[in-house]
Amino acid sequence: MSSAPAVEISGLVKRYGPATAVDGLTLSAARGAVTAILGPNGAGKTTTIEICEGYRHPDQGTVRVLGMRPGTSELRPRVGVMLQSGGIPPSVPAADFLTLLSRFHAHPVDPAALLELVGLSGSARTPYKRLSGGQQQRLSLAAAVIGRPELVFLDEPTAGMDPQARHATWELITGLRGAGVSVILTTHFMDEAERLADHVAIIDNGRMVAEGTPAELTGSAGQLRFRAEPGLDIEGLLAALPPGSMAKESPAGHYVIEVVGGVVDPTLLATVTAWCAERGVLANSLRIESRTLEDVFLELTGRELRG
Amino acid sequence: MIPEAAGAGPALVSFAPAPGAAPLSRMIAAQTAAETRNLLRNGEQLLLTLIIPLLLLSMLSLEPIVNFGGGISRIDFMVPGVMALAVMSTAFTSQAIATGFERRYGVLKRLGATPLSRGGLITAKTVTVITVELLQAVLILAVGLIIGWRPDASVAAVITVPLLILLGTAAFSGLALAMAGSIRAEATLAAANLVWFVLLGTGGVVFPLTKFPSGARHFFELLPTGALSTGLRSVLAHGVAFPVGNTVTLLVWAVAAIAVAARVFRWE
Repeated sequence: MSSAPAVEISGLVKRYGPATAVDGLTLSAARGAVTAILGPNGAGKTTTIEICEGYRHPDQGTVRVLGMRPGTSELRPRVGVMLQSGGIPPSVPAADFLTLLSRFHAHPVDPAALLELVGLSGSARTPYKRLSGGQQQRLSLAAAVIGRPELVFLDEPTAGMDPQARHATWELITGLRGAGVSVILTTHFMDEAERLADHVAIIDNGRMVAEGTPAELTGSAGQLRFRAEPGLDIEGLLAALPPGSMAKESPAGHYVIEVVGGVVDPTLLATVTAWCAERGVLANSLRIESRTLEDVFLELTGRELRG
Repeated sequence: MIPEAAGAGPALVSFAPAPGAAPLSRMIAAQTAAETRNLLRNGEQLLLTLIIPLLLLSMLSLEPIVNFGGGISRIDFMVPGVMALAVMSTAFTSQAIATGFERRYGVLKRLGATPLSRGGLITAKTVTVITVELLQAVLILAVGLIIGWRPDASVAAVITVPLLILLGTAAFSGLALAMAGSIRAEATLAAANLVWFVLLGTGGVVFPLTKFPSGARHFFELLPTGALSTGLRSVLAHGVAFPVGNTVTLLVWAVAAIAVAARVFRWE
């Protein structure tokens, strides 16, 4: 087996008419790891993943999957694909579709065992169109892994799933990683990326805005948060804190303090509570926490709603 | 050694990578079986490919609704016509509608990510059409013989009948895929049914082309349905060994339609 990365994207550009969906993206996904591509709607996630799957061709740049050009007949048996939606004939029972795909592979997973694993044994004879949204997603996920691929592309694998199904899907993805399968997934669920991914790439408007492990992205940036009456003297508080600290009230009555170096230490905590005590302010729900991936994401991609 | 998937329980499913395509013949057989099952499970498709042709054959052969003239018996006229109709129903209308919706539901796209190649998929579709046509042929011949059909054909018919049907199938399949691969599934559904209905009337299936004015008649004989029904009728009812004109017409349609389909077909 060659040691090429699972996916290597370099300077990728894809345009649809006047719109640029992917704008010079460079990304490397390691073998045997889970790589999450995170971004708001329209960021270029699906376009990127469909170029890797061989469905679309780059306008510029190169894409290599397991060291090869995407979509070739040599590559297809080695790669599993879960489309964002559809792809399964509506009137075909779940078990029949999975069995059909298993016959395209040399060493498939047993379809009945896989159906049980994704919680669909009870719906084996149910036509695809009569499965719930979450069940359809699980069948599509099962279809992506039935051929024992080295690499799977999962486009929003847990969209439309209830919490139980999401957890079962996370377990399956963790199982794939444990078996040495490389996983590339897109998602806009932060907790999903934080929990599953070894490497997270945040993209927006077709460009990479940040990448790293979830820990690297959220940083050690400790925050101290508390709630109190609105309109405290933020400037006065800042004056009491070490230089370079940041304090803000957002929304009203919710206070956030961050320090340079990102480590909230006992002295800082004492300074803040002392400052409050001098003013007769009770700091409610006081807590120290690291930034979440969601904070990072919203900081990088903005808060305005996307279409 | 390749770790095998255990069937005993979900805890024993192994995802250890063991990629590999199955042999092409196995993939094509699996896809053909799946497509044939889908067609035979679909009520509207069955109506189109089996029930309507057999009903027309039995009713119109027994009841003097249409006066054929031309010196052949009603049943001698009907069997070749219904054969042509059956080929058109399966290779054109049924295949266009099924493929149009497969494209619309992303099934063709999804299959494109499997080890089954596009060539393999087209082969499976072709074998499916031929399988259904064999089933139709058996039933049409059986019903025809039961209601008194006695073909008057030369021995060459064992070659020329399959040849005409094969060329007709190729022409109709090319037209079906050109349509299904280029326009919306709903438009394909409407157009494929409309064309079927128009050619049922003007294809020499149940209504003799000799009843049309000669200009119209020659035009209709240049359409695939007219060429196929006229050719089959020449062989089966008039004892013609090889209907050259109709064969050439179908050959031209087949080559042209497949060339157009190859050009315009979009997989998603």
